[in-house]
Amino acid sequence: MSDITIQNLRKTYDDVRAVKGIDLEIDDGEFLVVVGPSGCGKSTTLRMLAGLESVTDGSIAIGDRVVNEVPPKDRRIAMVFQNYALYPHMTAAENMKFGMKSASEFSRDEIERRVEDATETLDIAHLRDRKPKELSGGERQRVAIGRALVREPDVFLMDEPLSNLDAKLRVQMRAELLKLHRDLETTTVYVTHDQTEAMTLGDRVAVLEDGRLQQVAAPQELYDYPTNQFVAGFVGEPAMNFIPASVRQRGDEHVATAPGLSLTLPAGSGLDGIDDDGLTLGVRPEDVSLVSNRAGVSESFTAEVTVTEPLGELLLLHCRLGDEEIRVKVEPRSRIAAGDTVELAVDTDRLHLFDSDGDAVYHSSVPEQETESALAD
Amino acid sequence: MATETDTTNIDARRLVHRLPDDVLLHGGIVFSILLMASPLLLAVIMSTQSTTEVYQVTNLGLGSKGLSNYSDALVNYDFSTYMLNSFVMSVIVVVGKVTLSLFAALALVYYRFPYERAVFMFILLTLLLPVPVRIVPLFQLMADLGWTNSLLALTGPYIASATAVFLFRQQFMGISASLVEVARLDGVGPLTFLFRVLIPMSRGMIAGVCVITFIYTWNQFLWPLVVVTDKSSQVVQVGIRYLQGSAQAGLTQWGLIMAGAVLALLPPLVVLVVLHRPLLRTLTIQQK
Repeated sequence: MSDITIQNLRKTYDDVRAVKGIDLEIDDGEFLVVVGPSGCGKSTTLRMLAGLESVTDGSIAIGDRVVNEVPPKDRRIAMVFQNYALYPHMTAAENMKFGMKSASEFSRDEIERRVEDATETLDIAHLRDRKPKELSGGERQRVAIGRALVREPDVFLMDEPLSNLDAKLRVQMRAELLKLHRDLETTTVYVTHDQTEAMTLGDRVAVLEDGRLQQVAAPQELYDYPTNQFVAGFVGEPAMNFIPASVRQRGDEHVATAPGLSLTLPAGSGLDGIDDDGLTLGVRPEDVSLVSNRAGVSESFTAEVTVTEPLGELLLLHCRLGDEEIRVKVEPRSRIAAGDTVELAVDTDRLHLFDSDGDAVYHSSVPEQETESALAD
Repeated sequence: MATETDTTNIDARRLVHRLPDDVLLHGGIVFSILLMASPLLLAVIMSTQSTTEVYQVTNLGLGSKGLSNYSDALVNYDFSTYMLNSFVMSVIVVVGKVTLSLFAALALVYYRFPYERAVFMFILLTLLLPVPVRIVPLFQLMADLGWTNSLLALTGPYIASATAVFLFRQQFMGISASLVEVARLDGVGPLTFLFRVLIPMSRGMIAGVCVITFIYTWNQFLWPLVVVTDKSSQVVQVGIRYLQGSAQAGLTQWGLIMAGAVLALLPPLVVLVVLHRPLLRTLTIQQK
């Protein structure tokens, strides 16, 4: 069993608190992505898991063994680094063998067999005798992954392994990592700052900010039901629009108003008793659209286009609404130029409200599997 | 056709125009090279001359003695012994210094211990006290230990080296931290890491330090002169001084001395020529 249980994990360097109490359960065979902006403590957390950093407080258990004091080599983990960390004076095969040869009781045949298997799995058998400098970035990362594979670990730890690759190769390696994980079903903890990588790779995604866990959920759930404004803004490209708004109860209905905008909110979860100023209305760029493209719109508003960005598959508009700038995804080839005034409407099933602390108080649709509990905390 | 003539004309004009500049430049270069090489060239010339020929200041041709000064120095004046002593001393110092400095740098870079910075600063501070400054107390120490006239006395004071520790420390610090971490994750021990990773990755730096140390040790004069009185244990630089004492008919045998000097020059030259690439890299003045 190689599930991981992290309880109240903390890390303090001198007077800097890098990790401020993380509780996390990672299931056996799960691919968990830890994502967050730089300096949020995600790498520190991974390094504590690996045993490269000491734990200030809390506990880490792999399987049913608490590993706080277990040296890295006895944790049955393997780690892949962003800069590949290959020994430049050794060939690919020697790189894969070195750790096993010099620090373990494996027989020569066993090591040879494992390297054979790993090179075959990763399709790098022809690179065995090349040194790192004769390999491309993608090939180097494959060798580094191969080195992790030969350990046959219980847990893979990956620290931004794709960040040094160019965009095209990254997409390709992403798919290969997924395939590899499906074949091996080894518990994997993957750290990245790239929310696209997080969404595409993770069975679940843990969003970290300022040393604290913000939300752990499946990618789509994270996208649809962020628990706070940080998660809402971090996940999704371009980021969610945030509009300061006030909500008033009028009879049975709640109406959100902001300069230039008035919306009747559908009865979703958590709307009862909200009658407040100082809220923030969140709506994703793809959930705002031109009125001309929608049928049966009851509430619309106008905004002035300030910038247009043709992205090929869509046209991204930056619009001025009151004092706020909102981003809107519209059909490509729409005949819209900067300075035009457009009439817009929102998808009322995809609205979010955040209170002044940034916590989500309302989503206009309700998660299918769970209702109130998602918002309870 | 017309274009061809044009080009030749232009080339010719360019040549005429360029010639004076280049002559001046090359003349200057040749002159400065000769100036810098003149002591060495004179030494080589004089080493082939007889004593009387040397004293004829205008005689700058190869002399009548040919290589006999060299064989004289090697056979009759024990130069072969001195050179062997110098070689043994230099090799021991090179091996000892590099080994000790590698371990010191390993400790400084990869181990956390109290007052680490202070220790490193103290090591650097020893740069202010080279052997000639410490020569009196050092001699006293050697005398007390009964090491005088021994190889221990010749090599001991040179084994610890702040320069080499500093160079290796910089080299190790330049090695990516994730390589160390990979090794830690694999449970690779510090000595395996030193021999299988750090040393192979620092080959250039090690070779460079070896060259510098070899030449530096080979050229030591004052300390051997003080601490070794037994001629059979003496090194080559002092051996040249001995040649000066063997005057013939009141005339210093400059031909013989120059032959000795050229002989003493050869081993460092060989080392330098063989290992000049890593040395340049160490000094980071490698031309692109």
